[in-house]
Parts: sequence; structure tokens; C-alpha cells
Amino acid sequence: MKALFLLIASLLLFSCKENTAEKELPSDSIFHLTTQWQDQHKQSYQLDALRGKTLVVVMIYTSCKATCPLLVADMKKIEKQIKPDYLDKTSLVLVTIDPETDTSEHLAEFAKTGGMDAPHWVFLRSDEAATQEFANVLSMKYKKISPIDFSHSNIISVFNPDGELILQEEGTGINAGKVAGKVNEAVKGS
Amino acid sequence: MKSRLIHIVILSAAIWCISCERQEAAPGAAPLALHAGEISSKVKMVLIPGGEYQPFYGADTTPVKVKPFLIDERPVTNGEFLEFVKANPQWQRSQVKRLYADTNYLRSWVADTLLPRDIHVDAPVTQLSWYAAKAYATAVGKRLPVLDEWELVAMADETVPNARDKKSYSDRIVNLYLVKNRQYNAVKQSPPNYWGVYNFFDLVWEWTDDFNSVLVTGDARSGEYSNDNLFCAGSATSATDVLNYAAFMRFSMRAGLKAHYTVANLGFRCAKDVDE
Repeated sequence: MKALFLLIASLLLFSCKENTAEKELPSDSIFHLTTQWQDQHKQSYQLDALRGKTLVVVMIYTSCKATCPLLVADMKKIEKQIKPDYLDKTSLVLVTIDPETDTSEHLAEFAKTGGMDAPHWVFLRSDEAATQEFANVLSMKYKKISPIDFSHSNIISVFNPDGELILQEEGTGINAGKVAGKVNEAVKGS
Repeated sequence: MKSRLIHIVILSAAIWCISCERQEAAPGAAPLALHAGEISSKVKMVLIPGGEYQPFYGADTTPVKVKPFLIDERPVTNGEFLEFVKANPQWQRSQVKRLYADTNYLRSWVADTLLPRDIHVDAPVTQLSWYAAKAYATAVGKRLPVLDEWELVAMADETVPNARDKKSYSDRIVNLYLVKNRQYNAVKQSPPNYWGVYNFFDLVWEWTDDFNSVLVTGDARSGEYSNDNLFCAGSATSATDVLNYAAFMRFSMRAGLKAHYTVANLGFRCAKDVDE
């Protein structure tokens, strides 16, 4: 009798764990965006496919000769300061503002040449409207000033696993340690 | 005694777990359908023929070509936006995602579908974000005007398409900008401009599709970008149209905006491509 009682009780306890309700997305989460994106491996998905990872996001274009190389360098510096066993819970996301030139193949090539082909590097492209909307989510400004050139602001943003913006650093030559610290903090708490 | 205590502990845990099971799973984060709930717009649209214009801010002085386009003759009104949120409840004040609008979204409305009490139903709708304006434009089968289109129309006064060389052009507009509570007036109460377009300056600031393209730049290849320059007197002289202080005010406004911001005197109107 006692054993039966204990058995039932433990079964109930067990089932409780499996029943945790799916946490609702915060109201300001970027994972509410319904835009469709394509990565460097030609996979198509909405941004909420990245939910659960801590995101470090920057917008660039591959033919940029001015500040984008600096931003990419900053992203690499950040990568080096993220705890190695946190990297599979992180995505370093580079979104192109020139989706016409930056096809999936081009992005894959750019990733490879730049030594950014580990799985935590994500290169995304979409159509103009989605790109513009995403830039606005980041409060990032850009303008096409010639057929091949863009003027743009430089911002690196960190989003927690629920898609909330937790840090932004502007300009180039940013404090990589600070950004990586925020990432480590977010991964640890997830 | 001890075994009874253990029984009680296990029983309480089990009861707690049962109540745990009863928790409803939170609704899945279904993607917002921004394009649901189409409505019709009865606003007259004016055809603006293509032209060239000198942008106020530019790295050089090359005029920009603007293709012909249609633009609403006046801003979108409170009444029209009410119709929109009724058909699109995800854009009602209590439903809107914080990602798409800040906490002042439709603040002066009495309720989700109740307009402000003392404000004219035909006054321009304000306190809405760029995302909301875009969603409205999409719902009525239109879009937001781009900056170049807006500024092209803005060059006109009542009698000529390009009044920028007139001495009083900028001053008149700046005086209109300084009128308090201008956003509470109904649309179309003042004379239209040369094109037959109303209320470009006397009611509200207006969202443009690419407001986020306003950057302070000199040489794009320089490297550092800073918005600080925009608010110094010095930067006005790097504009191509130095005496157009009214345009300077508009560009300053745009540069300071973020897409989710809502402002009491910032509204919008729609535009549309011309079908060839």
C-alpha cells in the first residue's frame, strides 16, 4: 500500500517536469518578426529559428571597404572572448544590407575566406523591405549612395535567448570584452 | 511518526504537481500577420510627375531623379486609423507588441477602439510608430512615401512646384512648425499647394519609408559616423541648401527618430507607385 502510494506520488512528480508551459515571447522580442531569411547554407527560416541562442548581430555588406572590415574584426574579437563551451549557445549573426550582391553563395565564400565557417557564424540575407525593417529594429541607419556603395552606421547588438535587446555598442573598435561579457552572462542565465 | 511525515510531504508535492499540470500552456508565439485585415482608403491621390531635385543633404550636388508617383492629398486621419485597428486588432493599443510601438502608442485614445474625446475625427492620426504607419499603408494597398518623394512635393508652395529660391519660402514653413497644437486641426482646412496636395507643413511631421537613411556623411569612405554633428550650427553649412532651415528641422527630426517611437505631432500619409 505504502509502495503504491509512493509510486503514484513519484509518477506525478515526474510528469510535472515534462509539463512546463512554453514561455511566452516578451513583447519587445525580435522573434516576433515574420520576415523570411536565407543563410549562407541556403537554409530559409524566420528569425525565431534562432530563439534560444544569445545573438550578437551586426549589419554589413561584403563589398564594403571602409568600416565593415573593422566591424567583422570586432565580431571576431568578441568571438575570442566568449567562453568556448558557450559558443554552441551563441550565434554571431551578420546581416547584409546588400542582398542583391550578397547572395547565399557569396556569403558562404565570404565566411570561408574570413575564417568564419564554424556553426556559430550565421550570415543572413532577405529582401529590401525585410532588411530595412530589421535595420530599424536595430536603430541602424543606411543609405545606398551609389550602385555599389552604402553609407551606414556601425552598431553591434546583443540579444538574449528570448530576443530582447540587452546591449548595443556603436562605432568601430568597440569594447569587445564588454560585449563578450554580456554574451557570457546571457548564456549562463539561459 | 516519521513515515507519516514523509507521506504528507510526498502528498503535498503530488498535489503541487497536479496544480502544475493544470497550468495552461502559453499560446504559441504565432507570427503576427502584418498584412491581414485589408481595408479601403477613400483618400484622393495626386499624381506627381517625375522630376529632379536637389537633396537637402548630400555628399555632392548631383540632383536626384524621382520617378512619377501618387501621393495622398492629405494625411491619414484618426477616423481612418480607427477603421484600420478595428480590422487589425493586433494594432490596437492593448495588443500591440512593444517591438513595434513604444508605450505612448495611441496614448490619447480613450480605449482600443475609442478615439480621443476632444479631437476631430478628421484630424491627422498621431502617436503611432513607423511600423504601424507601414502596416496601415499595406492594409490599404499603398506604401509610405520615400524621403525624396516627400521632399520633392515639399519644394512647392501654392503657386509654383519649386519655391525654394523664394526668400520667404523657408520662413513661412518654419512659422507653421512653431504653431502650437497644430496637429489637432482637421485636414484640408488650408489651401493646397501647387500640386493640389494639402497639409504638408501646417499639421504634423510625417513618417517616410526610409527615414533611417538620414546620416550625417561627408565622405562615405571616412570611417567614423556621428550624429552629434547634426545638432551643431556648423552642420547646416554642409547642407546643399543652406537657407532652407525648414528642411534642416525636418532632417533633424528624422535623424532623431527610431522606428518604434510614437510622437504627438508625427503622423503620415500614403503613396503609391504609378502603374506603367
